[in-house]
Amino acid sequence: MSMVNLGASRVTYETKVYFRSFDTLFFTFLFPFIMLGIFTTAFSASGNIGAAPDGTGGISVGAYYLPGMLAAGMLLSGVQNLAVDIATEKGDGTLKRLGGTPLSPISYFIGKIGQVFVTGILQAALLLVFAGLVLGIALPTDPEKWATFAWVFVLGVVTSAFLGIALSALPRSGKSATAVVIPIVLILQFISGVYLRFDGLPEWMQNLASIFPLKWMAQGMRSVFLPESFAALEQNGSWDLGLVAIALSVWLVVGLVLSRITFRWIRRDT
Amino acid sequence: MPLGGRGWKAVGMSDSDPVVRVRDLHKSYGSAEAVAGVSFDIERGETFALLGPNGAGKSTTIEILEGYRYRTSGEVSVLGVDPHHGGLGWKARLGIVLQSTGESGAVTVAEQLTHFAGFYPNPRKVGDVLDAVGLREQAATRINKLSGGQRRRVDVALGIIGRPELLFLDEPTTGFDPQARRAFWDLIRMLKSEGTTILLTTHYLDEAAQLSDRAGVIARGRLIDIGAIDQIGGADARIPLVRWRDASGIEREVRTETPAAVVTSLVDQFHGEPVDLEVIRPSLEDVYLELVRAAGGEEPERTVDAIAQAAAEASA
Repeated sequence: MSMVNLGASRVTYETKVYFRSFDTLFFTFLFPFIMLGIFTTAFSASGNIGAAPDGTGGISVGAYYLPGMLAAGMLLSGVQNLAVDIATEKGDGTLKRLGGTPLSPISYFIGKIGQVFVTGILQAALLLVFAGLVLGIALPTDPEKWATFAWVFVLGVVTSAFLGIALSALPRSGKSATAVVIPIVLILQFISGVYLRFDGLPEWMQNLASIFPLKWMAQGMRSVFLPESFAALEQNGSWDLGLVAIALSVWLVVGLVLSRITFRWIRRDT
Repeated sequence: MPLGGRGWKAVGMSDSDPVVRVRDLHKSYGSAEAVAGVSFDIERGETFALLGPNGAGKSTTIEILEGYRYRTSGEVSVLGVDPHHGGLGWKARLGIVLQSTGESGAVTVAEQLTHFAGFYPNPRKVGDVLDAVGLREQAATRINKLSGGQRRRVDVALGIIGRPELLFLDEPTTGFDPQARRAFWDLIRMLKSEGTTILLTTHYLDEAAQLSDRAGVIARGRLIDIGAIDQIGGADARIPLVRWRDASGIEREVRTETPAAVVTSLVDQFHGEPVDLEVIRPSLEDVYLELVRAAGGEEPERTVDAIAQAAAEASA
């Protein structure tokens, strides 16, 4: 089988394993649903965001947080999922076994990234259905918005996947993987406008978040799902989609290079 | 499961060249020398057992041959290739059963075997391998639901699914019940009859005696003996022992080619049954234990493999 065919067979295998693992299913796949549900319910009485002084207009809390949850889903599916998954596979001997077979590391990566893609798309699609049907959030109808959604999503997910592979080199053992990875991912979500309104954060924190990719994923998603008037709340008073593309592309290259440099089937001793 | 010739040959390698060739192999971790000058060959179709106490350097040696570790010095050739530079085509000709695995295993036995079969150019049929390792009934069971011995059989199944020319078995039968061990022996004999070259490590000396043609004994990183499995330790080591207690209760023993004559003379001497009389024909295990004891290689407190592990983690 060619490297690509084998990669495709890895995607099927990896996706199967993903859905059979309670941990990934709950903490990666369902987490954004739970958070969006909680936000919508908890703040349902506090009125709309961006409403006029007389209480009219604006959008619901759920509608405001939907783009953030989509961005969080991309980050979790890529960074958290792969960093923990690969570090665990390194610790439990899975990688050592694969390293003794004629499986190419490239096929292995295709499998991981493919799994992130399949599960990420499924997650985003279900999140949109959940938002639209259950929470009654109005979704955009303009095809141009959906085109923006598509490229931000693809770029964001691929970047997240490579960063996850790179980050998997950090935990010293499989057991410490979640302890190392989850705080990083959690802090990023707090400073990047996923759980807290980005325009309400102090400027230094906004600047700090701008170094990392999640802020740009969330901003790209806000440009798709929030009304045009909300652009004024962004740091530069506009959606800055050009900057979103540049920031995510830079992180994509960083993730790719780090993955290439740090990945080993086993911890070698020389 | 016919093996047959596969036409997989490294350039310049002929059938008469050894499948494994090791010359003056050294491996150091800092100041600790895990392997200190080991040399041996394994011929095509041969089953070779590498014996030795824990921490003697067996696993380090095997992992160098498998390409997992880099050697400090010496020459190594496996299927005509230096494992340090072994590519995917080379790995396709190997089967590796590692010493320990602890994968979570959210896939079934059949799924795992089918998936791994896809890695190899000319794999065995999944059904054949399931039968060979006795896991037909567990085919649809998830690996994490299997017992320890059954999981070990999955490891063996994954090692042979690719129809390897050379099979590494690092303590393959740990956790097997006696029945499973016998079944495993039959499997190895079948692989051997197909021409598979096998490198085996085991702590069960009866297993080594049953399966291997030749053996090497490693202690403290050095090969202290090598030879045909029934000649290891030299002819003298296999001379029967007669053991008894003398009149003052002290244990006595004599090595003799004529144990019956010795026993007869003891009976005459004691005017009857000697106390605690034993006639022992040394097994491979007895010979092995004597060899290792003489080499001062009895299970050291901190094993060299443990040092190797710690060094690997520290440098990672």
